[in-house]
This record gives sequence, structure tokens and C-alpha cells, in this order.
Amino acid sequence: MPTSPAWPAARLHVVTGKGGTGKTTVAAALALSMASGGRRVLLVEVEERQGIAQLFDTPPLPYEERRVAVARGGGEVRALAIDVEAALLEYLEMFYNLKRAGRALRRMGAVDFATAIAPGLRDVLLTGKIKEAVTRQVKGARAYDAVVVDAPPTGRIVRFLSVTEHVAGLAKGGPIKTQSDGVMAVLRSSQTAIHIVTVLEDMPVQETADAIAELRAIGLPVGSIIVNMARQPLLPLNAMARAASGRLDSTAIAATLSKVGLDGESLVGPLLLEAGDHAQGWQGQLACRARVAELKRLTYELPDLPGPIDTGSLYELADSLTQSGIK
Amino acid sequence: MSGARSVSRSAKASPSRARTVATSPALDLAAVIADPGTRIIVCCGAGGVGKTTISAALALAAAEAGRQVVVMTIDPARRLAQSLGLKHLDNTPRDVPAAAELTAASGGHLQAMMLDMKRTFDEIVEAHSEPARARQILENPFYQALSSSFAGTQEYMAMEKLGQLRETGKWDLIIVDTPPSRSALDFLDAPHRMSRFLDGTMIRLLSAPARAGGRAYLKVVGAGLAIFGRIIAKILGGQLLKDVSHFVGALDTMFGGFRQRAQATYDLLRQPGTAFLVVAAPEPDALREASYFVDRLSTDQMPLAGLVLNRVHPSTVPALSAGRAEGAAENLASSRTDVVVASLLRIHAERMRTDAQEQRLARRFASAHPDVPVRPVPAAAQDVHDLTALREIGDHLTAPVTARRPRKTPARRASSRPTA
Repeated sequence: MPTSPAWPAARLHVVTGKGGTGKTTVAAALALSMASGGRRVLLVEVEERQGIAQLFDTPPLPYEERRVAVARGGGEVRALAIDVEAALLEYLEMFYNLKRAGRALRRMGAVDFATAIAPGLRDVLLTGKIKEAVTRQVKGARAYDAVVVDAPPTGRIVRFLSVTEHVAGLAKGGPIKTQSDGVMAVLRSSQTAIHIVTVLEDMPVQETADAIAELRAIGLPVGSIIVNMARQPLLPLNAMARAASGRLDSTAIAATLSKVGLDGESLVGPLLLEAGDHAQGWQGQLACRARVAELKRLTYELPDLPGPIDTGSLYELADSLTQSGIK
Repeated sequence: MSGARSVSRSAKASPSRARTVATSPALDLAAVIADPGTRIIVCCGAGGVGKTTISAALALAAAEAGRQVVVMTIDPARRLAQSLGLKHLDNTPRDVPAAAELTAASGGHLQAMMLDMKRTFDEIVEAHSEPARARQILENPFYQALSSSFAGTQEYMAMEKLGQLRETGKWDLIIVDTPPSRSALDFLDAPHRMSRFLDGTMIRLLSAPARAGGRAYLKVVGAGLAIFGRIIAKILGGQLLKDVSHFVGALDTMFGGFRQRAQATYDLLRQPGTAFLVVAAPEPDALREASYFVDRLSTDQMPLAGLVLNRVHPSTVPALSAGRAEGAAENLASSRTDVVVASLLRIHAERMRTDAQEQRLARRFASAHPDVPVRPVPAAAQDVHDLTALREIGDHLTAPVTARRPRKTPARRASSRPTA
């Protein structure tokens, strides 16, 4: 079972984060890292964006668990893009033996209506399917060692995970209540860890803090903070402050540039401006890192990889996570 | 997707044009906001691309240019509200005192608000029903869930609010920041879905079993719908259906209103006074989303102003290539000044590579959408949280269009002719 000291029993890893922080990439890297050493991990997508297929460079995923990657040491990552309509039909079939009615519903475009009638039914179907995968047994053993969910962004995560409660409050009896109570029990248990992806910028860090507070307030287990796209310092640290405030010695720098055959006079100005940007960005990053530390959660940091993310970079990020203790 | 399209385009092009690099026409936002005919600007795009900041910066710039502006944000970072000099924003447009000084000279004015979707929904109910009936609706558990958590309520209410703001005629320019949806298209689709549902026969039929019954019901709704109703009852339980039924009963007077209102606002968006502004970061995902949106707008014949390519990293000395900068850095690194200079050169090299990658993405967008004007906005070194930083972005947005890279210069045409 994939473990980390902070969440020894967790098998369901929910990955959220502000839009643009790279949560799909991080979820994929997390799944790869957890699959290393022969484990089976399911990576789930819930927003019908086919982001996983794009990351692993495969054709769009059907509503079916498909292998998308082999991890180091023989493990595998399977991926599932949950299709809400298909999940509803599956649910009707599983619990009510209503396959024929399901077809009629599909003809009528009824999912829109079903989900409209019960605000949140959509999320119940999604989380219900996730719970099913987490608890599924095959020949007496768990089907998956871990399930990693590329969840909705921080702005919607609390609603996504607690909507079972909304529905339970709405439908006071009925099977949907039993169903959503079951989902909630898994989400609240130590089997679950909710990880928040952030970059070292003000708004994402603020949203991370808000999400942690909201999740804790409703008793959902927060796992780690995963800092993504952390930039490396390119200037000697003792020169950062001077570069940020434009106090580097421009005369000496121009002379040195000329020494290596460059036009020091005309280059020094623009280069100092670029260095100033870099240094200010670095200082902003430091301040954000300090704020992340104040949140007192287990924190992992992933580097900002050059170029667009491809399958190769996923392995690089997975390695980085493994080295920092996620197994 | 865009790759495939660009291939087919370049295949059609003449051999001499096939080698020309695709560039987008420049987006002249100063002209857009100065044009009194522009009444609504809608900023769309994927989450995390800086839509809210762009909306606010553009609103400030427009007010400074003399317009009476209101900017409706959906979920602004607290610091952005603070940067506008406001403790918090709510559902009512408020003056932005810090902007008053800046806009005084031109006679412009800036107000800001943040959409409260539940409040907006409640107000519609209150405006269209008798007080007693309104209370009945507002207290209904189904309504409460619908107005606060239905996927699409936010988009629907954003559009409703836009319609309301427009109706008052108090502002001559309304700038709308769109909700952080699953997809940017939701802003256009969700209101229709929702109003169709609220006004549709389906919701009435679902509540019908509570009123009519048995055969009469079957006769009215047909067997398919009857099955549907039974399934819904089975899954959701009787209580919910009862709530729905009461809700629909109380709402009876408002039927027709929802769809009409949504349609009216939707039509407003198609008029020439509206300008859609698609915001994207120079990243594959954000640009893919922007591409979808641009295609959709043209299908729906909605007026697209152009694309704001937000947070690009252009270099001020593009003449010094990444390779040369790095080569020079390798020849340094002995004394302390040398170490710093080598670092400066490496920072420059990294910036050049980032710039090259961003330009590649921009070219890809340009070849898929050759007619869409684009405005790049350089990344700020630090987070934006005051009016000065907002103004700086506004300056980039509205800077005069320079004919830096004309698409077809006579010289280039002349030189390419012999090879054709």
C-alpha cells in the first residue's frame, strides 16, 4: 500500500489546486510515483476534459479503466475519465436493474434533467464511482493499491466533496441518501488524503490556505501541500537583494561583458532589468514559501521543468516525489 | 488539433507563402475601449490565466479614458479588492475611491462589484412574485439547493446580472469577468441549460404526479416520461419530489420569464456593442481552451475582439541569443563580478528560451486563427496588488499598436516572387 508518514492508511488521494497550478500534471506524477515498485494505481478524471489522455499522449479515454503508463519497477497506472451520463446509467443498472429505462433516459437527454433535479447528483455520481474503485475487491484483494483523483479546483473542491451532504440533506430518505452517506464515510476516513497543489504566488497560496481551512471545518482529511513549478535561483543568493532593487554595479558588469566580447555598454541595462525581474520573482517566491510553511502541513516541492510537459517530464516529477518520501 | 489545421492551411498556401511565419494582427484595445459603441466587454478563458486582473486593469484604463465603467468580478482575490481600495466587494456596484483621482481629469468613473449568485437569484424571485409567494419559494429546500449549488447557477446569474446592469443604463461600459468554470464555454451554455430546465415542461411533469395521477398522468406525459418520473422518485425519494412540486407550484407565475430573460441577455451578447475578449496564458492547455472558445464564438456569430496573451516573457535584448549568452557565461566565472555577470547571462538565456517557446505557441494559435487579433501582456515580476500595478497592466493592454511585424511587406513580396 502506498504510504507516507503523514497518511499511513490513505488509499484515496484527491488532488486539487487553483486553476493554472498544474494539478492534473501533479496528480499524474503522484499516481506514477505511487505505482513504482509493482503497485496498481488508478488515476481518475472527473471534469470531462481529457486532460489525462493529453498528458500521457494517448487517444481520448473512454469510460473504462485503461492502462496509460508503466511505472518504474513494474507497477502500472490505469486511468479512468468518468462520464457522468455513463455513470448514471451504470448506477441505475447496478442498484435498480433499470438497464432498459436507462436507454430511454439517454434518448431523452435525461442526465441534464436528472442532475438538474437534484443539484449535486452529478457530484454524488462522480464521488460514488470513485468510492467504488477505492473499495473494489478482486478475488479477495483490493483492485487498486491507490486511487488518485484529478479533482475540481480549490474554488469548487469543498462543494464537490461535501455535496453528498447537500443531497443527503435534500433527500431525507431514499436510496440516494444511503449512497451518499457511504461516500461521505470514506471521504471522512483516514483512507482519504486531500492534497493541494499550489505555485509560489499570492493568489494560489491564499486559495490553498482557504481550502485547508474549509476542508478542515467540515472534517475532511487534508494531506499535503504540493508546491509546483518552483523556480531555481539563477543568481548567487547574496546578490539577489541588490539585483531586485537595481543596486548591482553596472560599470563593473559592463566592463566584464566587454571582456568576453559582448557589447557591455548596450547590454548592461537590459540584462540588469531581466535580472531585476528574476530577483523580484525569487523574493516573491521566498515570501510565498514562508506563508506555505505557516500552514504547517507536510509540503513537497516540484521543480519548474523547462519546456512543455510531456510523458517524460511526468516520470521526472514522479521521481522527485518518490525522492521526497512519497512511495 | 490546431496543428492539424495549420498543416491543412499551409498546404493550401502558395509555396512562397508557406515559409512565411504566421503572425496575428495586433489587437487595438485602446480603440475598443475608446469607442463609445462598445458597451459590454466579456473576458473569458480557462481558470488561472489572470482573467480577473485583466478585467480590472481594462476597467481602470477605460475609466481613465473617460468611460463610465462598472466591472463585475466573480471571485476576485481579496488583494485585488484591496488594490481597488475596497475592503470587500458585494453584489452592488461600489465606487472605487482610489481610482477617482486618476479618472477625474477625463470625466470617467469606475465602479466595481462582485457577483453574489444566491442574492441575485433571490432578487429575481422577489421582483417577480407576491411577497408571500416569494417567501415560500425562498424557504423551499429545493430552491435553496438550486440557487446555491447547482452547476451553472453562477453562469446563469452572471448573465442575469449583466442584463440588469445594462438595463439601468447607468454605465456606458460594462466589463464582465466570467466564472472559473470547467470550461470557458459554460458561460454561454449553462444559462440556456438552466433556463430550459426552469421553464421546461419536464419540471412541471415531474411535479405532476403530485397533482394528477394514474391514467390521466400517463395520458398527459406519455409512457417514457412516466418511467422517467418513477425513476427519479425511486432514486431521490418522495420528499425531494414533493419539494420540487411545491417549488414549481409557487414558481408558476414566473414561468416563461427565465427563458425569456436568459434569451434577451444572450441576444445582447450578439450585438455589435459587445466585445468578447479571450484571455489565455502562453501555455498549451490555456491556448487550447482559447481556441475552442474562439471557434465557438464564430459559430454563434458572437463579436470577438481578440485574444489577450497574458504573462509573456519577451526579452529586451533579443539580439543576444541564448546560445551566445551561455557561451559567454562559460568563459567567465572566476572573480566575484564574473560570477554575477555569468548569472545575468544565464538569466537572459533562460528568458530567451521561454520567449521562444511562447512565441512558438503564439504562432500555432495564429496559424489556426489567422484573423484573430492578439495582444501580448508581459508578466509582472511580482503579484498584482495595487492600483499602480493594475495601471501598468492597463498600459500594456492599451499601448498603441506598432507595425512591428507587418504581415506582408512589399520588400518581402518582391524577394519571394522569383522563388515562386
